[in-house]
Amino acid sequence: MSDYIVEAIKNGVWETLKMTAYASLYAYIIGLPLGAILYATDRGRLLANRPINLLIGVIVDLMRSLPFLILLVLLIPFTRWVTGSSIGTTAAIVPLTVGAIPIVARMAEASLCEVQPGIIEAATSMGASPLHIILHFILPEAAPSLLQGAAINVATVLGYSAMAGVIGGGGLGAIALQYGYYRYQKDVLWTTVILLVVMVMAIQQTGGLLAKLRRKS
Amino acid sequence: MSDPAIVYELQNVSKIFRNEGRDFTALRDVSFSIREGEVFGIIGMSGAGKSTLVRTLNRLTEVTSGEVRYFGRNLAELSARELRKVRRSIAMIFQGFNLLQQRTVIKNVEQPLRIAGVPRRERKEIARKMLTVVGLSDKEKEYPARLSGGQRQRVAIARALAANPKVLLCDEATSALDPKITGEILELLAKINREQKLTIVIITHEMSVVERICDRVAIIDDGNLAEVGEVTEVFRAPKSRAAKKLVFPSNPYDPSDKDSRLIRIAFDGLSAKEPFIADLVATTGRKVNILSANTKSVGGVGYGQMVLELPKDEDDREVVISYFKSKGLSISEVDEA
Ligand SMILES: Nc1ncnc2c1ncn2[C@@H]1O[C@H](COP(=O)(O)OP(=O)(O)OP(=O)(O)O)[C@@H](O)[C@H]1O
Ligand SMILES: [Mg+2]
Repeated sequence: MSDYIVEAIKNGVWETLKMTAYASLYAYIIGLPLGAILYATDRGRLLANRPINLLIGVIVDLMRSLPFLILLVLLIPFTRWVTGSSIGTTAAIVPLTVGAIPIVARMAEASLCEVQPGIIEAATSMGASPLHIILHFILPEAAPSLLQGAAINVATVLGYSAMAGVIGGGGLGAIALQYGYYRYQKDVLWTTVILLVVMVMAIQQTGGLLAKLRRKS
Repeated sequence: MSDPAIVYELQNVSKIFRNEGRDFTALRDVSFSIREGEVFGIIGMSGAGKSTLVRTLNRLTEVTSGEVRYFGRNLAELSARELRKVRRSIAMIFQGFNLLQQRTVIKNVEQPLRIAGVPRRERKEIARKMLTVVGLSDKEKEYPARLSGGQRQRVAIARALAANPKVLLCDEATSALDPKITGEILELLAKINREQKLTIVIITHEMSVVERICDRVAIIDDGNLAEVGEVTEVFRAPKSRAAKKLVFPSNPYDPSDKDSRLIRIAFDGLSAKEPFIADLVATTGRKVNILSANTKSVGGVGYGQMVLELPKDEDDREVVISYFKSKGLSISEVDEA
């Protein structure tokens, strides 16, 4: 491999990490509260509210059922509106975030559902408000499970980020496409694949370890 | 001195669970009151409705009809905000402890203080003090999963008492614990009751728990209030069938003669100190056959009951009975079950 390709791969790794980190962060900022709302408004829960639960549930599931590649294309105008461009690493963060939000929301909801009803009952009996119960009882209790889910979600975002390369998103995906597919440089293709695999595994392992350290029961 | 204030007043409380069109009446017309500063027991067989009843006391369960008045206020009429405020004065200890598993012991104890808006520093200070009270000051950094059942129960007690409640509700607070630890926990509750004038409501299916620390007791039988009264009174002369069943769990007396007369002597504190059976023989020369004796020591004085088979001779019987009566013992016939 020539020097400039090595340089390009290094840059690609950096771009991939950047896209993954930002998209995951934004996806959690929006997806975690959505997951909490889905959880809390469900039947028999703290703030049971059928219309809201149904509305958010339908939107989330609709978003999730769209194949990511299609979402990528559909979102081009929106991406341009947000970032002023539809190509490049920064632009890719938008569809990645949007694609990850429903996954984060549903995963978070599942984690929160694992919390023992007794904990909520105890909090209620202490006179805590629903918001206090969610913030100070349910979320801390669900933390290990949320972390475990985060590892899976971040790894998924990383995988998606490679796809963003198809529409000019930059990162390792773009390099694999450009050199590995169009120019048929197998060594570059395999290098990027191995790097992606290693990154996914590192994320998964780190997340799993953090969750394990956090889990006290 | 004036009578103690009434903390709870229940009037015709009924609870019907409606599930898939099938109704189940868990409580039927239950009325009684709980006085300030007393240890009030609620006892009954499994499934009698005890948990349902205690949960109406902080409105974790809504009553179907009737009223639960807490210091005169009907709980059902409170707004969500008022209810939260009221609940802060009613602590509850659950059978399963319900501690936060992912939080340290001290953080658990701090929870009610946090809800009450106590600043962090003060919170920590109070939580430490509470842990000292329950004898767990060395475990503040530990996680509940690494504690024994008795220790977890102590954490639950410390947490319940941290925000200085007026009432403590305990649903089977000791049934998961062995007798020794149960004794310690009850001792601790009794001490807190004495020292802080805290009103305690204890749910249990064990008569021994009631005997040990309760002032008054309500007996719940299949959703009905079978009996309510002073513990000593209920023990000496249980009126309802449910109470008799609880006080005298079994009736396997085996008299030497099928027709012989059996009496039950119930005694409390004072009389148990005297060796009255021996005295009986010494002073009257008559003998009785002890078929069953069930006595317990409460704070050094014993009380309980004894079933005796009286002598065959009519006159001898009279002598024995009048002797016991002269000693101030309360006697009742044993009706063959
Ligand atoms: N949510 C519910 N829906 C339907 N029935 C219920 C519900 N909760 C309790 N019950 C029924 O009400 C009755 C009383 O239950 P409760 O839990 O109050 O009994 P308990 O006296 O506390 O029993 P235990 O000593 O076993 O704890 C039981 O028959 C139970 O099946
Ligand atoms: Mg119960």
